Amino acid sequence: MDSSVLQDLEAKACKMRQDIVRMLGEAGSGHPGGSLSAADIVAVLFFNEMKTDPQKPDWPERDRFVLSKGHAAPVLYAALAEKGFFTVDELMTLRKTGSRLQGHPSMKHLPGVEMSTGSLGQGLSVANGMAIAGKLDKRDYRVYVVLGDGEIQEGQIWEAAMAAVHYKLDNLVAFLDHNGLQIDGPVSEVMSPEPVADKWRAFGWHVEEIDGHNMKEITDALALARTIKGKPVMVVANTVKGKGVSFMENQVGWHGSAPNAEQTGQALAELGGEADE
Amino acid sequence: MSKKTATREAYGKTLARLGAVNKNIVVLDADLSKSTKTADFAAVFPERFFDMGVAEQNMLGTAAGLAAAGKIPFASSFAVFATGRAFEQIRNSIAYPKLNVKIAATHAGISVGEDGASHQSIEDISLMRTLPNMTVIVPADAVETEKAVEAAIEVKGPVYLRLGRLGLPVLFDESYRFEVGRAVTLREGSDVTVMACGLMVGQAVEAAEMLAGENISARVINMHTIKPIDRDIIIKAARETGAVVTAEEHSIIGGLGSAVAEVLVQSEPVPQEMVGVRDTFGESGPPSELLQKYGLMAGDIAAAAKKVMGRKKG
Ligand SMILES: Cc1ncc(C[n+]2csc(CCOP(=O)(O)OP(=O)(O)O)c2C)c(N)n1
Ligand SMILES: [Mg+2]
Repeated sequence: MDSSVLQDLEAKACKMRQDIVRMLGEAGSGHPGGSLSAADIVAVLFFNEMKTDPQKPDWPERDRFVLSKGHAAPVLYAALAEKGFFTVDELMTLRKTGSRLQGHPSMKHLPGVEMSTGSLGQGLSVANGMAIAGKLDKRDYRVYVVLGDGEIQEGQIWEAAMAAVHYKLDNLVAFLDHNGLQIDGPVSEVMSPEPVADKWRAFGWHVEEIDGHNMKEITDALALARTIKGKPVMVVANTVKGKGVSFMENQVGWHGSAPNAEQTGQALAELGGEADE
Repeated sequence: MSKKTATREAYGKTLARLGAVNKNIVVLDADLSKSTKTADFAAVFPERFFDMGVAEQNMLGTAAGLAAAGKIPFASSFAVFATGRAFEQIRNSIAYPKLNVKIAATHAGISVGEDGASHQSIEDISLMRTLPNMTVIVPADAVETEKAVEAAIEVKGPVYLRLGRLGLPVLFDESYRFEVGRAVTLREGSDVTVMACGLMVGQAVEAAEMLAGENISARVINMHTIKPIDRDIIIKAARETGAVVTAEEHSIIGGLGSAVAEVLVQSEPVPQEMVGVRDTFGESGPPSELLQKYGLMAGDIAAAAKKVMGRKKG
C-alpha cells in the first residue's frame, strides 16, 4: 500500500470524525465514543475495501456492511455521506423527527444501510445470513461486520460465531472494536470477555490482532483476510474510545452523551475542522 | 375421509414441493427438523437447508440476513422457542426492517400433549400479532396449510405460520380458496357466529351441528388470518347475528378472541364469549384429554354460544 493512499484514508477518517462531532453536537444526543473508535476501520472499509455504488444502493454484487453496534450510527452516516449516498448537509437531521437518519440505523429509512441495528448482539447472525446467500448465489461479494467489545457479551454472538465457522463463511470479515469500555465501565470490570482473540480462535475463526487506528494495519488485515479460505476472519482491532477528541478519549462518560456547542467547537478545532457558527 | 394429517406434515411436504419450483426458498431449523418436518425439504434440497443447532436467536437473525440478500427463508422450530426465545430478534431484525422471513412454527397449543407446559405455546399469536409488518396465519387443516404456505411466499414481508403437532381431520378439498386476510364462512347462520382458527375450526363446525339440533342457527367462520384481521366479515356477522363466540387453542389474552374484540368494540359492539386457554399453563397428558380439560371442545363452544345469545340486548 503506498503511503499516499494511507494518507488519503487518514484524511477521510479525519473528515468523518468532524462529521460525527458536528452531527452529534447538532442532534444534542447520541453516541460519540464508539463512533470515533470505529472511524478508522469504517473509513478503510468504505474508501479502500468495499465495492459499493451510491447510485445503485441495491446492486446485487455490492459488498455488505453491517454495523452490529448500531449505536455508532454516526460513523456509518458519516461514511455514507462522504461516499455520496446523500449530502453531508443531511447529517444535520440526525435524530430529528422525520429524518432518514434514525438514532440507530434503519435500512427502511436510508439507502446504503444494509441492516437495521441498535439491539446489540444481532448483527453477526444477519451478516452470516448475507454471507450464506452470497455463496448460494455464487456471487463474490463480501460481508463486513463491526462488533463492540461489550456487545460480544450477548449469547447470540457466540451462536453466530459457531455458525460462521460451521458454514465456512470465508466471505465474512468481522471487526471487534476493542476499545475496552462499555456503558457501566471498563468491559473487563463489567463482565470480562477476555481473552477475546483466544475465544474467537477457539471457535475456529482466523484471528488477526491490530491497532485499529493504524491505516496500514487495517488495510493489511483486510488484504490478508482475502487469502484465508474455509473460515471467517475476526480482526481484533485495539482502539481508543472517543479517539481523536482529547477530552473524550478513554472516558466512559462519552459513550452516550453529545457535546454541547462549546465542546463541539473544541473538538472540531482539535480535528482541524471548523464549527458551523 | 378419515385419515388424519397434522398441519406440520402438510408444511413439510409443501416446502419440499415448492422448493423445486422456487429456487429462492431456503429453510432453517434449530435441531427439530424431524419434528417440524423441514426434514422433508432437507432430504431433497440439502444445499438449501441449514440446521442452525439449538440456537433460535441466531437462526432468526440468519434468516433476516438471507432475506436481506433476496432469499425467501422459512425458519422453523417449536412455537414456544421460535416466538419466545427469539422474540426480540424477530422484532428488531425481521419485523422492523420488514424482511421477507417466513416463521413456520410447529407444536403450537396444548395439543402438543405429553411434553407438557414448557412445550405448549399458548401465547405465540399474541406475541406475533403485536408486531407491525407481521402477518399471522393459523391454518385449520392440511389443505389450508398447503395453500397458506403458498400464499405466505407471495406476501412481501414477514409471515408467522402457526402449525400443530396433532393429526387433524381434513376439512377442505383441493378446490378450497385461500386468501390472506380474507376469512371463510363455512356455514351460514343467523342466531350467533362462531369464529375459530386452527384445530378449533373443526370443533366449531361440530358445535354448529349440535346447536342446530336445538334449533339454534350458528354461523361458522374460519378466521385463518389473525393479522390482518378480516374486519368486514366480523362486522357483518355482528350485525346479522348479534352475538359472537371466538374459539382458539391459545390464551384468551391477546389471541384471536382479543383481535375480534378489538374490531367489535370499535365498530359494532355485540356480546362476545371467548373459548380458549383461560390464563393458565397447560400440562402433560394425551391431547384429547387436555383439549377436554381445558375447555376446547365442540361442547364448550356450543355452551358459549348459548351463553352469549342470552346476553344479546333487546
Ligand atoms: C440488547 C441491547 N442491550 C442494551 C443496549 C444498550 N446499550 C447501548 S450501547 C451499550 C454498550 C455497548 O458497549 P460496546 O459494545 O463496547 O460498544 P462501544 O464501546 O463500541 O460503544 C449498551 C449496553 C442495547 N443497545 N442493546
Ligand atoms: Mg466498547
